[in-house]
Amino acid sequence: MMVKLTIPEEELMMPGHVGCLGCGATLAMRYTLKALGKRTIISVPACCWAVMPGVYPYMCLDIPMLYTAFEVTGASISGIRAALTAKGIDDITVVGWAGDGGTADIGIQALSGAVERGTDVMYIMYDNEAYMNTGIQRSSATPIGAWTTTTPVGTTQDWKRMPKKNMVDIMVAHKIPYTATMSVGYPEDMIKKLKKAKGIKGPKFIHIFAPCPTGWRLAPDKTIEIAKMATACGAFPLYEVENGVYKISRKPKELEPILPYLKMQGRFRHLPEDALDDIQTRVTKEWKQLLRLEEFTAGNE
Amino acid sequence: MSKFKRDYKKHQDLPLMPITFVSSEENQTGFWKTFKPVLEKEKCIKCAICWKFCPEPAIDIGDDDYPTFRMEHCKGCGICANECPKDAIQMVMEEE
Repeated sequence: MMVKLTIPEEELMMPGHVGCLGCGATLAMRYTLKALGKRTIISVPACCWAVMPGVYPYMCLDIPMLYTAFEVTGASISGIRAALTAKGIDDITVVGWAGDGGTADIGIQALSGAVERGTDVMYIMYDNEAYMNTGIQRSSATPIGAWTTTTPVGTTQDWKRMPKKNMVDIMVAHKIPYTATMSVGYPEDMIKKLKKAKGIKGPKFIHIFAPCPTGWRLAPDKTIEIAKMATACGAFPLYEVENGVYKISRKPKELEPILPYLKMQGRFRHLPEDALDDIQTRVTKEWKQLLRLEEFTAGNE
Repeated sequence: MSKFKRDYKKHQDLPLMPITFVSSEENQTGFWKTFKPVLEKEKCIKCAICWKFCPEPAIDIGDDDYPTFRMEHCKGCGICANECPKDAIQMVMEEE
């Protein structure tokens, strides 16, 4: 092979999984395993990835994958780490792999506990912005304005009125050594950050943006395009926080308007003009805040 | 599938815990697709971007650097066609 690949060639995720067409979560897993390598144990609660390998006896990962209950991912990875330490094994990366519901809603206490104890684990939240596995129910990571089956639009016009929960900020408040956001639209950036995180001792929290064509009412071929758009318009900025120091990984000179990003997805179709303006105001404000945070914490190692 | 069906006669024959033992590659998801990717070799610049963004992954980069599609696994999502910088991949309706 002559072509120069920008991401590692090794595949630890096998085809034949039962992810939907254009699934962002499978891409997230594929890149993660490329970065972390074979010496990895992954613990998965109820989420899309719990069903992805297919029915018994199929398995689509080339590494050990453990199923846990919805709320215990943090505790389960703490336990795996403790067991490995007891056995004297220290070259394995222990990964907790949960969706946004299993992290921001249900699993937050176990995660908080694991991070507070300073366990040497990596917790990855792949964010498809709702409970997609059970049929698109609202989670606290669903963005403002979105339609889901539990925030129906129809006659009630009851779309989600609350903003998205910022998990990275919550983790920074835990004084976590390393936390970062990444997007499947930028695999090189993702692999660079994951390799960095792998080398850091202590708890790590990773937030991966994984578009879900099924739940976002999006054409399946637009997964990567929408992920890139989300970063370009500031809806999902890419940054990392190392010991409290913010660093933006992808800084467009000027943010693009968010309207094309929202218009592309069926889940925002119902929004009236003033709601769209409100979302734009919020995104711009948060982006400015992030720029200031970077400036404010620079050099504060 | 049938060759992986194990002969469980007694409960003692069952594994001690529910543990998977068959690669999902046996699970041929190719029949899901409506559209299939077709490569126009003249347009291809061998950048491997299609390979990079395939969620299956069902694209192999061969020795000649051209991508080949594993049709038995490709679900026909069309990400490769959408991301190709030279529009060298077309999604065409699959016929019976």
